[in-house]
Amino acid sequence: MNRGRHSAAERPAYFAWFVAPSLLVAAVLTAALAVLLQYAFRQHVPGSLQVGGFTLENFGRMSNWVYLRVFIDSVLLATYTAVLSLLLGYPLALALVRTGSTLLKGTIMIATIIPLFTGDIVRTYSWLIMLGKNGFINGSLKWAGLIDTPIELLYTMLGVTLALVQYSLPVMVIMLAAAISHINTDYEKAAANLGAGSLEVLWHVTLPLSMPGILSGTVTIFAWTLSAFATPQLVGGGKVNMVSNMVYQLGFSNFDFPFAATLSLLSLGLIFGILGLLGAAMRRLERLGMS
Amino acid sequence: MVRGAFIACVALTLLYVTLPSLVVVITAFNEKALLMFPPEGFSTKWFIKAWEYDDFRRGLHNGLIITAWASAIALVVGTMAAFVIERFEFRGRRTLETLLMSPLVIPHFTLGIGFLILASGISMSRTWSVVILCHVVLVLPFVMRSVYVSLKNIDPMLERAAVSLGARPLQVFWRIDLPLLLPGLAGGWLFAAILSFNEFTATLFVTGQRTQTLPVAMYTYVREYADPTMAALSTLLIAVTALSLIIANRFLGLARIFSIEAGR
Repeated sequence: MNRGRHSAAERPAYFAWFVAPSLLVAAVLTAALAVLLQYAFRQHVPGSLQVGGFTLENFGRMSNWVYLRVFIDSVLLATYTAVLSLLLGYPLALALVRTGSTLLKGTIMIATIIPLFTGDIVRTYSWLIMLGKNGFINGSLKWAGLIDTPIELLYTMLGVTLALVQYSLPVMVIMLAAAISHINTDYEKAAANLGAGSLEVLWHVTLPLSMPGILSGTVTIFAWTLSAFATPQLVGGGKVNMVSNMVYQLGFSNFDFPFAATLSLLSLGLIFGILGLLGAAMRRLERLGMS
Repeated sequence: MVRGAFIACVALTLLYVTLPSLVVVITAFNEKALLMFPPEGFSTKWFIKAWEYDDFRRGLHNGLIITAWASAIALVVGTMAAFVIERFEFRGRRTLETLLMSPLVIPHFTLGIGFLILASGISMSRTWSVVILCHVVLVLPFVMRSVYVSLKNIDPMLERAAVSLGARPLQVFWRIDLPLLLPGLAGGWLFAAILSFNEFTATLFVTGQRTQTLPVAMYTYVREYADPTMAALSTLLIAVTALSLIIANRFLGLARIFSIEAGR
């Protein structure tokens, strides 16, 4: 794959001009992260945008139940979302890769991909209409005579999870489909020829062979959900909070940027930690010859 | 039996994924100002209201400016960076690549608050350049990814042939590599533009009254009003997105872009 890179001696004159702009962008990004790190160790001066001296107090505040609770809720929501996306996404990905019908393939492709591109706000807004007191779900249930009083869906964990899963499914389906499409179908055919039923083939052949996709899909969605903002902000409505919502509130209502920076960094650390574990797990799978 | 259950499962999931968009479209044509199901009457007045609403117009205008600049800058910077990183060995190559690709895994709210603090530190908070720079950082990985994929497909013999015929290095890039990269660049730019236009979280942190984009204006609207104007605007955005994706699928093949062609 790597066809050998040019060494320092072979650098053409344009080399410096090509690298310089990206170095500038990388420097800006580094500065933004460095300033965040620096703020995490600064004192908050109430009523002022200026920050005080160096302190470790911000990290000590993490032991406060209010903030701990937000972290626990975020991890719970990310777990529910990752597991449900996997369960719903796998059949869809399987159908997408294995169907013979171009129409069905196109339909699944477009239907799963559109929400990915319409953006956070449109997607989240549609869930407000779905889950509201007079929204689609309650309206339909009432119309069918199944309920008299509307069920509370908006501003609940269930509502936020429903919206987050729909938001994550496209990515999950793409990752799973990529893994499934790389499986050699001869293995499945061989198992079927030897008398395995279609469920047995799925369980003993297809599923194990798509393990790298399952693992990376689930972990990616977990990390991705940890950084969700619009969905918990609007569907959670202040009752269900994730770290992002707490950061926004700390920044824009309390002007406590040092602590907001601390929370941002902690969630960044959590995400890097999880992705690091995934990397280690994938290398292990590779050594077992599974990818 | 197994087949039937499988088909039902797929159909239900598809319904779950598409239902919210369908419900938004139905709501947009609702006569009443209250969000109710089932809707009553039929009206297109919310579309007119959405079109005439000042904040949405300004947001669209601002958003297009930011998207145009950010996607163009990201296209140029990303192409050059991906080319150099893929083709040359230099000190710090890995670090540079990791840094430029890292916005894929850094939460947007973390980047947003980082850029906000950085900008206020150099008294540039809420200016156009900070918003555009933030978007460049966010969409750059998508441009670089499509350039990498296209670079891998270029036959190295073509470059060597050009060199042996006396082409200078920059000429090789300009006359051989760049034309061959064009489809990949178009794809990368399209992704970058769509993502920048719809980006909300980081944008909310770095924009102000003067620079707010359409998603930020929509967010403010949802928090204040509950009439179907938002549904009408969302319907328009869903329609435009769906249309461009169907065209992209027809001409480019989304399956190829996401590398999910059927198994061997």
